[in-house]
Amino acid sequence: MAEITAEATAPRPAQDAELGHRRPPLLAVGPLAWAKANLFSSWISTAVTLALGYLLVRWTMGFIDWAFINAIWSVPVTPQGAQTQACRALGGTGACWAVVTEKHRFILFGTYPYEEHWRPAICVLLFIGLYIVSAMRRFWRPALALIWLATLAVIGVLMWGGMLGLSYVPQERWGGLVITLILATFGIALAFPLSILVALGRRSSMPAIKTLCVLYVELIRGVPLISLLFMASVMFPLFLPEGMNIDKLLRAQIAIILFAAAYLAEVVRAGLQALPRGQYEAADALGLTYWQKTGFIILPQALRLVIPPLVNTFIGFFKDTSLVLIIGIFDLLTAGKTAIVEPAWQGFGIEIYVTVGLIYFVFCFAMSRYSQGLEAELNRHRVR
Amino acid sequence: MKPMRLSTFRALGAAALATALAAPAMAQQPAQNAATMDAVKSRGTLSCGVNTGLAGFAQPDSQGRWQGFDVEYCRALAVALFNDASKVRYVPTTAQNRFTALQSGEIDVLPRNTTATLSRDTSLGLDFPAINFYDGQGFMVKASLGVKSAKELDGATVCVQPGTTTEQNLTDWFRASNLKFTPVIIERLEELVSAYVAGRCDAYTTDVSGLAATRSAQPNPGEHVILPEVISKEPLGPSVRHGDQRWADLVRWTHNVLVAAEELGISSKNVDQAVANDQRPEAQRLLGKTGGLGQMLGVSDAWAVNVIKAVGNYGEIFEKHLTPLGIQRGPNAQWTQGGLQYSPPFR
Repeated sequence: MAEITAEATAPRPAQDAELGHRRPPLLAVGPLAWAKANLFSSWISTAVTLALGYLLVRWTMGFIDWAFINAIWSVPVTPQGAQTQACRALGGTGACWAVVTEKHRFILFGTYPYEEHWRPAICVLLFIGLYIVSAMRRFWRPALALIWLATLAVIGVLMWGGMLGLSYVPQERWGGLVITLILATFGIALAFPLSILVALGRRSSMPAIKTLCVLYVELIRGVPLISLLFMASVMFPLFLPEGMNIDKLLRAQIAIILFAAAYLAEVVRAGLQALPRGQYEAADALGLTYWQKTGFIILPQALRLVIPPLVNTFIGFFKDTSLVLIIGIFDLLTAGKTAIVEPAWQGFGIEIYVTVGLIYFVFCFAMSRYSQGLEAELNRHRVR
Repeated sequence: MKPMRLSTFRALGAAALATALAAPAMAQQPAQNAATMDAVKSRGTLSCGVNTGLAGFAQPDSQGRWQGFDVEYCRALAVALFNDASKVRYVPTTAQNRFTALQSGEIDVLPRNTTATLSRDTSLGLDFPAINFYDGQGFMVKASLGVKSAKELDGATVCVQPGTTTEQNLTDWFRASNLKFTPVIIERLEELVSAYVAGRCDAYTTDVSGLAATRSAQPNPGEHVILPEVISKEPLGPSVRHGDQRWADLVRWTHNVLVAAEELGISSKNVDQAVANDQRPEAQRLLGKTGGLGQMLGVSDAWAVNVIKAVGNYGEIFEKHLTPLGIQRGPNAQWTQGGLQYSPPFR
């Protein structure tokens, strides 16, 4: 579609030359012409434009008033607690960013020991660095797997401590942004390979493997994530012998991986099915083994076909990690909610939610933009 | 509701496992008869299940340290065992997973504003060694009304959530008191509160601790008064696994130390002088100078002194965490003051 319209509106070189250098009338090209054609083409269009423009300006001004001009950025904190009377006196006409100023470290790092906050902070940076490195095509080689292993090991050491002079921090004290990143990164990194295997298995000709994969996908997709988390958190520990406890975070992580893999498997399968049959037959004709065929011919083509739905699922899962709040893990959103439990700060939810939403947006938007770039680059051969 | 579902889960879990592995379901029973106290001592830290965030009872502060009434009980137990209030792992638990966490041994004790009920005591396999907060349904009114007692609410409109025991309690109490009222029934809590604030009803009713939290969230909490009458029973207390009496004893008597210390006028500020000078026999036994009571519980004789020094007595804890929310002592006053907090004798 996009190609066709691009062709239709593209200037024709021959005609351009005929017209010479005469400037077209001001109202026929340029922004004025665009506005006239699209915004003020009839009286009804003009009325809608003016009404929407008025509302837009009013809301923008109202937001700027609330978020910046009338806002309070900090309040005095005494040993008796924060003195939020100034914020309360605003009565909603201005934002009380003081709650973010006061609670930002709790929102980002949860109940992690205050003096040790530099450790999760470095972990967050390491995660972001890992994403950036993985996003660059020049690093797409086997060494990337080593970089991942090394970085994740460093993150583990930093978070747990208990060695190299770092004090030990048990898992239930971890919280905030770093938990969200851990759940999302490990979730997607482990679910993706698993999903490819499941997708291949579902198209396999071996009945046992096929049945197993179909069962897995249908079972997991048939229940909501929240019930899987409940199973991991409430039911699973009762199966274990007394005194044996699997870490709560690990249980949640496994549930998320299994859930994500089932959804991703269906996306990957869509790519496998979209591939023309000729590709499979040609690979067979060349005498490639199953794994050679899959690794060199099928998957590279199938996966690039499904980049948009893959990223869609990734973004969905990044946000779904916030469901761990129901089993008492302090992810970014839960930490934000808990920050406003303290009586002095109750009622300043909007400021907290705007902040947390902004953090989620930065990560999801980056993923979305990157996938658009990747899609354009990998599918360049299709654009004629 | 909750206990039913949990025990169903447990039965389901045991059944599923028994069929799957043909293993005897007996082995899966969470009958935790092992000595929790020895396990905690050898581990060196106490695992304490707390609320994920409830003003006054358990909430992390800006620096991520747990604060609150229930949290003080975790600290008191850690002091009783290790004489170190920092040897606690706080495990945030939700209403759904709190009992599993206790049954599976993930936590040793659950001081998480949990109401003691018969079904929890029996079919859920819990014990409630102590009741540390007597909550119950109460009323909040605007101070400008000038009402001092719920008995003055004749003919009032009352905001209440539908379909809960709250509504039933309200009707029962007004009928029993021979008063009339008009209910304003709203499903969602936020809407209910804003209806009350906007003046659509004279009074708002729910549990007293909930009223206090709502009140403290108002722009001007002084404009609202929580009336002293409490019309239902919600006894909250720490719970432990059923069948480990030594551990339950320690939890019970740690609570009793806090209550008895207040009754005897011993606080975190004067406990050192009391150890040196207090000649009352009850105080001497409480403070471990005579009687060897700590040893009987399996902790040091100085445990009570350490606990009082670290967290204060019951009244101090209450004043620190619940009084700022506007919660009055009410039924949680000492029995000598007409309340229900009553410690059996230390002897």
